[in-house]
Amino acid sequence: MTTAITRDDVAHLARLARIAMTDDELDALAAQLDVILGAVARVQEVAAADIPPTSHSLDLTNVYRPDELVPSLGAEAALAAAPAAEDGRFRVPRILDEEA
Amino acid sequence: MTATLPPYDDVLDRYDPVLGLETHVELGTVTKLFCGCSTAFGADPNTQVCPVCLGLPGSLPVTNGAAIDYTVRIGLALHCRIAEWCRFARKNYFYPDMPKNFQVSQYDEPLCIDGYLDVDVDGETFRIEIERVHLEEDTGKSMHVGGSTGRIHGATHSLVDYNRAGIPLVEIVTKPIAGIGHKAAAVARAYVTELRDLLRGLGVSDVRMEQGSLRCDVNVSLMPRGATQFGTRSETKNVNSLRSVERAVRYEVERQASRLDAGERIVQETRHFHEDSGTTSPGRSKEEAQDYRYFPEPDLVPLAPAADWVEQLRTTLPEPPSVARKQFATEHGFTELELTQMTNAGVVDLVRETIAAGAAPGKARGWWLGYLVGRANDAGVEAMSLAITPAQVARVSALEDDGTLTNKLARQVVEAVLAGEGEPDAVIEAHGWKVAGEDELVAAVDAAIAANPDVASKVRDGNQGALGPLVGAVMKSTGGSADAKRARELLLERLGGA
Amino acid sequence: MNELLTATATELAARIASREVSAVEVAQAHLARIAEVDEKVHAFLHVDTGGALAQARRVDAGEITGPLAGVPLALKDVIVTKGVPTTAGSRILEGWIPPYDATIVERMRAAGIVVLGKTNMDEFAMGSSTEHSAYGPSRNPWDLTRTPGGSGGGSSAAVASYQAPLGIGTDTGGSIRQPAAVTGTVGAKPTYGGVSRYGLIAFSSSLDQAGPCARTVLDAALLHEVIGGHDPRDSTSIDAPVPPVVEAARQADVTGMRIGVVTQFKGDGYQPGVLARFEESVALLEKLGASIEEVSCPHFDYALPAYYLIAPSEASSNLARYDAMRYGLRVGDDGDASAEEVMAATRDAGFGAEVKRRIILGTYALSAGYYDAYYGQAQKVRTLITRDFASAFERVDVLVSPTTPTTAFTLGERVDDPMAMYLADLCTIPSNLYGGPGLSVPCGLSDDGLPVGLQIMAPVQADDRMYRVAAAVEAALGSDKLLEKAPRL
Repeated sequence: MTTAITRDDVAHLARLARIAMTDDELDALAAQLDVILGAVARVQEVAAADIPPTSHSLDLTNVYRPDELVPSLGAEAALAAAPAAEDGRFRVPRILDEEA
Repeated sequence: MTATLPPYDDVLDRYDPVLGLETHVELGTVTKLFCGCSTAFGADPNTQVCPVCLGLPGSLPVTNGAAIDYTVRIGLALHCRIAEWCRFARKNYFYPDMPKNFQVSQYDEPLCIDGYLDVDVDGETFRIEIERVHLEEDTGKSMHVGGSTGRIHGATHSLVDYNRAGIPLVEIVTKPIAGIGHKAAAVARAYVTELRDLLRGLGVSDVRMEQGSLRCDVNVSLMPRGATQFGTRSETKNVNSLRSVERAVRYEVERQASRLDAGERIVQETRHFHEDSGTTSPGRSKEEAQDYRYFPEPDLVPLAPAADWVEQLRTTLPEPPSVARKQFATEHGFTELELTQMTNAGVVDLVRETIAAGAAPGKARGWWLGYLVGRANDAGVEAMSLAITPAQVARVSALEDDGTLTNKLARQVVEAVLAGEGEPDAVIEAHGWKVAGEDELVAAVDAAIAANPDVASKVRDGNQGALGPLVGAVMKSTGGSADAKRARELLLERLGGA
Repeated sequence: MNELLTATATELAARIASREVSAVEVAQAHLARIAEVDEKVHAFLHVDTGGALAQARRVDAGEITGPLAGVPLALKDVIVTKGVPTTAGSRILEGWIPPYDATIVERMRAAGIVVLGKTNMDEFAMGSSTEHSAYGPSRNPWDLTRTPGGSGGGSSAAVASYQAPLGIGTDTGGSIRQPAAVTGTVGAKPTYGGVSRYGLIAFSSSLDQAGPCARTVLDAALLHEVIGGHDPRDSTSIDAPVPPVVEAARQADVTGMRIGVVTQFKGDGYQPGVLARFEESVALLEKLGASIEEVSCPHFDYALPAYYLIAPSEASSNLARYDAMRYGLRVGDDGDASAEEVMAATRDAGFGAEVKRRIILGTYALSAGYYDAYYGQAQKVRTLITRDFASAFERVDVLVSPTTPTTAFTLGERVDDPMAMYLADLCTIPSNLYGGPGLSVPCGLSDDGLPVGLQIMAPVQADDRMYRVAAAVEAALGSDKLLEKAPRL
């Protein structure tokens, strides 16, 4: 299936991805993505009904670490790059959404 | 102005309730799920973080083997099938308390599937079916500043602490619980209680609801009596105690019925439970349903628990709580009714530990069930969260037994310990709350007689009822530390009453 | 030119070890070269003079020894360096000073390598020319109107212009190999899992690998050995010794090796000069004692579309963390805007067009209702490509192809045409999807006088084979002298 991607589709995706875009940007992107999607949709030409998907190219399983303490960064280092900090915490603008 | 809601039992004469309970358990591992930072509660903000749990660019997760161990044990204790091969998945959404803006969780490949937990409510056994048990990482914690209630609404900004981010969380999801009728609220509470005891028995978590190491989301829906198609459900969060679980179910049953009775639809939404009023209110409604875009976590390799390792773990499981409780009751001579009361109040383990610390079974039960549970309810917390330990309760009981404390004094000591004043002995020392010794008592008795000659002669003349004021005088002069009974005995001796 | 600049890493290390020259002298020579030419090339985003000289002094004091002790290196700015700015070529990380070092940085420090600074790259490693860098493109030392390839064009350009004998790049779809090919240098992508990704700013987690850039095959092999090996901080890291790449590079003997020419990698879209040099290299390998056969890998035709679904999908998730809350750029926080608004404004201001394009594409490919047809299907194609490699490697020891269909293209030529840009990765992408190693070694100049690269691909964990073949070609063709033909800067 290839569905032509509309500006509304891109606007929805931009919201999901938290990227603000102007209408012009949305239009331009929709056109570009349409072309790209047309090209990548080629993967659907391959008959792969019985083929298992590969999520990892390695054959590794069961990689663990022991339940042992490792020194933390320290609050100062942790907050050093913060755009804003208050009382040892990261200060962020007011949040609208309830926690999921 | 809210209209009065139809009463719970009336509602359940007309509607069948269906429940779904989702419990999140913070595992008591030493370190976080994907890094070596400490999981200890109460540290200064952002002191237990590293590039991994802060989600710094370039950081990578490595799974804590103990977390897998604990999760499989939970699954086995709940009679689940353990997956032979499964993966972590990324759940993608944006929120400031999520360092990577995706949560590493499990999606269509949970570690444990299809189990059950039997719970007992008033002699009837309910088999609660478990859909899945899976592992995920916890988020950081935000404090909302500037609003009036400390909640999001009206806040000017938020402050985030990532100490909690990355702590291993096990999510236990039940299948829809139907056919429970009027016992819905009690079943919900009994399930969470039993689950909590099971988890404590396994040693995988300290399961303290008020600290957030055990969190419960309560899903409730109603359908007309005898119907087969489930109604629309609501999901209630912020349910922070066993009592709240019960109250939340009750309230939702009543609220939903009042809407359905009026011909209105139930909105599928997330609601927030309010401890003070026992009611729920709607969360902010989302414009679009969340699309989490789950895909297998590429930075982690699959989990493939070996069958023989799983079987070996199974042999290390403790007795299920119900069996352990019966053994406990038999051992200490509790009746079935007493056991049920202690179980319902969630104090079985506390009583057990108090006995282990040296108290007599009856006394231990009496203290917890007869006094401390009430104090816990007043404070809106679980008994196990009170600021008094089984060892301290046992000490107070011992001091009562050896006559150092009267029951009245013992309660004062308990209150002082709850108020954080320290160990029972230290409290007694600080306040001077000993029962008056024999010498002091004799002196007080003589003084009382001397100070009240008229009353004294009445007693000598055979009027024992007049003893009251003299006993009162003795109590007063000893600051309440006299043993009233002994004072009475001494007075009678002195005054030659029969 | 100062012969300290044209010497190989191997030679420099030997001269430093024998105290014929000091590490500080070597570092200073290269820092001077940077000052002299980098205005034209723009390979570096940040030069760490203090850090480089301090490390050189440690080597001179005898504190560190080893096969590459004292050798200068240019580090792609996608690798996290403690206390040294790291941007990943993006505005959104402008000014970010990491509080930790990547594992490979720790290993290079311990080996005495002198990191001169951080090099330019396409933003978040998404691109084939460095034109998508937020800090301006790098230029190809062979022709300053042309790109040096990408995303790791900065490292390869630095090596090609003698600003450093060694470089580190990262390769997700060809970002080490393609720049190597168009700059006339050597670039290798190790087996996936062969080099730690801890501290490698993630683009596409199941494909990214860090690897060596150099002017000779042996130099690349020596660097490969320093950075490779198991890392308990990377769950996807292979717990096995690094394959014997240095030994293979020294041996350089291809007698009896079976070499497969990938049928799918020729024809339209391939520059005739590129194909000509490639065919000559194949004939040369036969002369050197290898047997040649053609191998068809039919699903390689679907590698590009599969890659441009898998990589953007993983990237859309990996780049979600850049949200203005904990580090990096913050835009629009006027005290009234919400966190959601600040996130969206910051990501709009901080990400370039290509990154936004790929995030949106990836979000789409993963979204409900589209997952199976796009991301899910691409993962299946990935399985088929892996099977193609597996059956090919039953018949041959390595596969060869041109590294990239054309020589270096001009700045501006493809930047507005994403699909045209993506074609540069045609030959390199399959090995990323499979997880196997790939290397590009110079094999001559095309008719336009620009370098051509020969790509050698080997089975998983058989990285040594590609070094062996590359070293043989290099020796026979004098590839390590090719750069002498480049114009003076």
